[in-house]
Amino acid sequence: MQAEILLQMKGIDKKFPGVLALNGVDFTLRKGEIHALMGENGAGKSTLIKVLTGVYQKDGGEIMLEGKVVSIKSPQDAQNSGISTVYQEITLCPNLTVSENMFIGRETGSFINAKKREKRADEILQSLGIPARGSMQLGDCSLAVQQMVAIARAVDMNCKVLILDEPTSSLDDKEVNMLFNLMRDLKSKGVGIIFVTHFLEQVYEVSDRITVLRNGELVGEYLIEELPRVALVSKMIGKDLDELSALSESEEKENKESEVLYEAKGLSSSETKSFDFSIKKGEVNGFTGLLGSGRSESVRAIFGADKVNSGSIKIKGKDVKINKPIDAMKNGIGYLAEDRKRDGIIAELSVRENIILAMQVMNGMFKPISKSEQEAFADEYIKVLNIKTASKETPVGSLSGGNQQKVILARWLLTHPDYLILDEPTRGIDVGTKLEIQKLVLKLAKEGVSVTFISSEVEEMLRTCSRLIVMRDRNIVGELKGKELSQEQVMKTIAGGEAKNEKDN
Amino acid sequence: MKKITKKLFQGSLSQLTIPLIAIALLLIFNLIRDPGFFSIGISHNNDGNAVLAGNLISIINGASELAVLAMGMTLVTAACKGQDISVGAAAAIAGSVFVKVLKAGSSISGLTVLLAFLSACVVAMLFGTFNGILVSVFKIQPMIATLILYTCGRSIAYWINGGATPTVSSHIITAIGSFIPGIPIPTPVLIVLFVAILFRLLFHFTSLELFTQSVGINQSAARLNGINPTFIKLLSFIILGVCVAVAGTIGVSRLGLINHETLLLDVEMDTILAVAIGGNSLGGGKFKISGSIIGAYVIQMLTITLYAMKVSSTDVKAYKAIVIVILVVIGSPVVKARLSKLINSIFSKKKETVKGVQG
Repeated sequence: MQAEILLQMKGIDKKFPGVLALNGVDFTLRKGEIHALMGENGAGKSTLIKVLTGVYQKDGGEIMLEGKVVSIKSPQDAQNSGISTVYQEITLCPNLTVSENMFIGRETGSFINAKKREKRADEILQSLGIPARGSMQLGDCSLAVQQMVAIARAVDMNCKVLILDEPTSSLDDKEVNMLFNLMRDLKSKGVGIIFVTHFLEQVYEVSDRITVLRNGELVGEYLIEELPRVALVSKMIGKDLDELSALSESEEKENKESEVLYEAKGLSSSETKSFDFSIKKGEVNGFTGLLGSGRSESVRAIFGADKVNSGSIKIKGKDVKINKPIDAMKNGIGYLAEDRKRDGIIAELSVRENIILAMQVMNGMFKPISKSEQEAFADEYIKVLNIKTASKETPVGSLSGGNQQKVILARWLLTHPDYLILDEPTRGIDVGTKLEIQKLVLKLAKEGVSVTFISSEVEEMLRTCSRLIVMRDRNIVGELKGKELSQEQVMKTIAGGEAKNEKDN
Repeated sequence: MKKITKKLFQGSLSQLTIPLIAIALLLIFNLIRDPGFFSIGISHNNDGNAVLAGNLISIINGASELAVLAMGMTLVTAACKGQDISVGAAAAIAGSVFVKVLKAGSSISGLTVLLAFLSACVVAMLFGTFNGILVSVFKIQPMIATLILYTCGRSIAYWINGGATPTVSSHIITAIGSFIPGIPIPTPVLIVLFVAILFRLLFHFTSLELFTQSVGINQSAARLNGINPTFIKLLSFIILGVCVAVAGTIGVSRLGLINHETLLLDVEMDTILAVAIGGNSLGGGKFKISGSIIGAYVIQMLTITLYAMKVSSTDVKAYKAIVIVILVVIGSPVVKARLSKLINSIFSKKKETVKGVQG
């Protein structure tokens, strides 16, 4: 209000066949502000961003940049008017150097002076405090640095509006902090930043203002101080939070004395060191640790996803061999992989085909499930898990992230596993679906299914798991149960039991 | 008619829209050019059988080998995201084996023909396995892997019959290559139908289609769902091997001799083209066998049309290229997306006007 208005979107409409994706949405960005754009999956965040960056054409409304109406017809237009976007997936070329990446496609003249370019790149990187040099191969930098290089490229192109679309989802805490410092720096230079993320914590850490969308409509614009977390969540999912709090309190996760379902001794794969692990019937346990600590690799070893090197495995007391995924599946283990796009969905196949896939594989190639049965299964699980899809024949790739995840969950539930491994099932999906998945996990456990649940949000794991296995540097360094299950204790164990480390930061 | 247009333009353009339109356009073009082009008559062949004759029949008949190969190629393309360029050479090998076995016996009976065909099948499947292992186990790009057999295949065929081009004459071979007495439809056409039905049954009674598409679209996810991508890819090459043997057998039977140098020469490129014209992505993934069959007929119809227009055989290729460029561009995702947008806007406008009237 006091600050100068940089970008104003007024009454933006966007129609897709059969859906009104945006309905008269307003959005205002001021100079030197970090503005979080929040909403569940399918709320219209991405659509709004894509309208702004010229990927989609708006069907109504107007966009004003610094008081002038602009027409943005292509990403190139957007860039020329000073709107830059950095996506979740790095869209640079890893096999080029940092400086090449920063200047590619915007050099004039046919001769390029590599030395000069590197020098210029170094200057920019230094001024932004990015720990990289122009001569480095981009692929050798960490993901966070790659992302920052993408930002540096955008900044150097004289951008006024910087859009960060889920920039933190593949970064660890330290890298997130580096990114935030850069964002604050840019903010002080007068850049307006639109920050799209699913991480509430991060929103409250850096943002000045929040705009909430729901079902393609504007819910409101709020100053960060005026909107407590609980209120934000309820605005996003459009219902009261009783349910959420009820879930965290009511579920008493007592350690039932039941039989051991799965037991591994000295299990190791090409990606892990040897470890022991067991889980009881109806138990929910979790693997936690920093990114790269080996938590995902461990569960992959259990499922036989990587090459298994050694280990003896007992399921329900019987010796079994699990060397590849199909072995694990036949022994009643299901595995929802960490990377939904790479290891989960078959994007171009329909929701129906994606749901029945694992069951079909278990039945074998010569016992195809009939079309009518497939349809019945698909209908059932679309209903049970409340999957939002136009039809069961819709390609799964066109669904929102949360609904894709539900389709993969349906795929494994259909196989009726005794032991379900969920690696980051809630990553990059909206609060409402997160809640549904957590509830589902607890419900499955009650029905006697053992579940391993991995999440980078410790809070979420504390809410669902009755036992946490803590990993550091590919080793199991602790196991927390009962009263030990607190955020503090988890942090301490991850850090190595020394409270001192925390203070040093 | 309305139903058909609706089906063709369901939401976005259906995969078969473009090949079907291509066929329709070629038909109309020919009809205008020469109304007699499609007359189908009954003539009597040398054995005195009443058989169907006419341009349309010779188009469908002539495309048989191509259609059979295109079906197998579709599967390989879908699973391996690449194509087998050795099918022509492999067919020459299969044809040579077929003739070699026929010649080994003193006389040609139904049993020896069956035995010869099965031998050709086994050999073609073995070469398919060779290609398949290179692709699936050693992860060599399909075109590079099959380049080996493409290069040496016709030499191998040459060795099989000691460099000769032996002829086989038997009423059974004639029946396979042209007509079975009493049936007016050319036998190769019936074989195509039979192979197509086999594929249909294969996809009905196994989940090969789902598994192949899964592997082609997202191999990593397919593996984590318990599918063995190596096996699926290998299998696609072995199935193509059977198609190669069938095509080789048809080719040999048509001429009554094996010429390892000319049998199905350059057929690999037409085969790949048929798959592409059929709307299948050469990058693998989702596929429709029917599209590839239609693609094969489009290519053959184009060739025959050009010949009928008295275009010399050296020029045919150039004209063919022009039409194919147009077809491929129309079928490209860019043009397709624009077209579907256009069609959608027309349809939605229609709806709106209807609403307006009601309101």
